[in-house]
Amino acid sequence: MRKILEVRNLSKIYGKGCPRCIESTGPEADTNMCPHCGSVVAIHDVSFDLHEGEILGLMGESGSGKSTVVKNLYFDQTPTSGSARFIEEDAKHEMFNLNAAQQRRLRNQRFGMVYQNPHLGLNFGISSGGNIAERLLMSDVSHYGEIRERAKELLSRTEVLLSRMDESPAAFSGGMQQRVQIAKALATNPPLLYLDEVTTGLDLSVQARILDLILEIQQERNTAMIVVTHDLGVIRLLTGRALVMKYGRVIESGLTDQILEDPQHAYTQRLVASAL
Amino acid sequence: MSVTYNFGFMDEHAKKEVRRSILKAISIPGYQVPYSSREMPMGRGFGTGGLQITLSLIGADETLKVIDQGSDDSVNAVNLRQFVELTCPGVNTTTHLNEATLIQSRHRIPEVPLTPNQTLVLQVPYPDPLVVVEPSEDKRKVMHGEADYARLLVKLYEDIVKFDEITISHRYPTRINGHYVIDPSPIPRWDVPKLHNSPALILFGAGREKKIYAVPPHTKAEPLAFDDVPFRVESFNDAQGNRRPCERCGATDSFLDEYINEDGSKRYQCSDSDYCDTVLAETKEAANA
Ligand SMILES: [Zn+2]
Repeated sequence: MRKILEVRNLSKIYGKGCPRCIESTGPEADTNMCPHCGSVVAIHDVSFDLHEGEILGLMGESGSGKSTVVKNLYFDQTPTSGSARFIEEDAKHEMFNLNAAQQRRLRNQRFGMVYQNPHLGLNFGISSGGNIAERLLMSDVSHYGEIRERAKELLSRTEVLLSRMDESPAAFSGGMQQRVQIAKALATNPPLLYLDEVTTGLDLSVQARILDLILEIQQERNTAMIVVTHDLGVIRLLTGRALVMKYGRVIESGLTDQILEDPQHAYTQRLVASAL
Repeated sequence: MSVTYNFGFMDEHAKKEVRRSILKAISIPGYQVPYSSREMPMGRGFGTGGLQITLSLIGADETLKVIDQGSDDSVNAVNLRQFVELTCPGVNTTTHLNEATLIQSRHRIPEVPLTPNQTLVLQVPYPDPLVVVEPSEDKRKVMHGEADYARLLVKLYEDIVKFDEITISHRYPTRINGHYVIDPSPIPRWDVPKLHNSPALILFGAGREKKIYAVPPHTKAEPLAFDDVPFRVESFNDAQGNRRPCERCGATDSFLDEYINEDGSKRYQCSDSDYCDTVLAETKEAANA
């Protein structure tokens, strides 16, 4: 399997930071806020690889920094330090050295993002089909008929009723909105998808169907995914490997089965025990 | 009591600054150049942006034509023309396009093609076409810089979904020289093709928004559209598919205004009053010959 993403020593500090930020935060310090300068060390020294078609889980409680990782990798934020290399068959991109237009190209054409909050991923002022059209237009598809056809294909693949494709997603249920978001994220057939707490807050039966859809898509398209969640059930169902995060640091990583069967870190042991 | 104004009302320093902004606008076709719009003795929104360009360019050898709603006789056009006559002694004004060297307009580009000796100044209420999709000016600037106009095309997509055609009637977003998309002022779609490769310099002034931009002579101007849903101008065909003529002069190649008669029936007449007069005079001449 080909490696497509290589993240090294990724750090993000909110605030101006001070020389003692790192030593004063993290799981041992039991906080992500530096007591000396008040800066928040959202993530520090996060490194991992991701391969084609692989689903990697980032798990942890709120404040662990798991969402910050994907926000930086999707260029929603700029990291304080560290590197990420996105590897295509014919090109390698040092993601944080690219200019704004190059980053926008990767974001629009090679990555997809599904947010917990559909307001972040969808424009409620336009139709569901229009949301997909936007992503296609951003990657320079300029044929109306073709855009229409691709939007229909994607929405039917994610099981959104085509009779409603010209309605705003505002009128849809939460589960349906996530399906539109997934269709939009898939519009350019990206090799890498970020999923940030996509089923949080949905009914259990709706959650189960969306998780099934995600697995089917991964199998059909060999899409690599980074799944951010606090839900061990989601980690267990979707991911092959996982990182456990606490206060901005990776405290444990490995094959998901091993982490869940035999957690090494006391914090992970508590998480797993409490989910049983 | 007599009040003396500088020629052109604005002081020379202010005129020079406007001219500098115009030069920049010509150098970067379609780019909205910020300038420090001056207070004029009329409300912003009454063409002060266009007027400041006109006053900065006009000299004693110029002949000015002012059009509003396609007509030289509308109140706004008359006011602006009188203001120039008052503040620019020695400048000629005209209602005939062929005599004019400088034309200030708002809703129309004249029907007769402009010549290389003419400059058209358009008054613009809203200079930024992206304002309908992005409220933040900082973000709009980045979008313009990167020629990121996908969200404008989404508007067109939604229009076709709802109405089976693009229904934008005025201010049709138009890409200049392959990069910047402009709001070409409240001209109808009919006039948009006249921007393309125009022999005359076309300047746009937005007084309230403090922006100047330009379509220089012989520059590409392409209305946004889809490959399979091309841009189209308004149709003036009747229900039978025949081109309606102007009921006054008989022209079948002009943009028509629709009027409702007292009995409820509709009447169609050239929007460009100068053009209508010209065609009418030619028709009479031909009849007398
Ligand atoms: Zn006429």
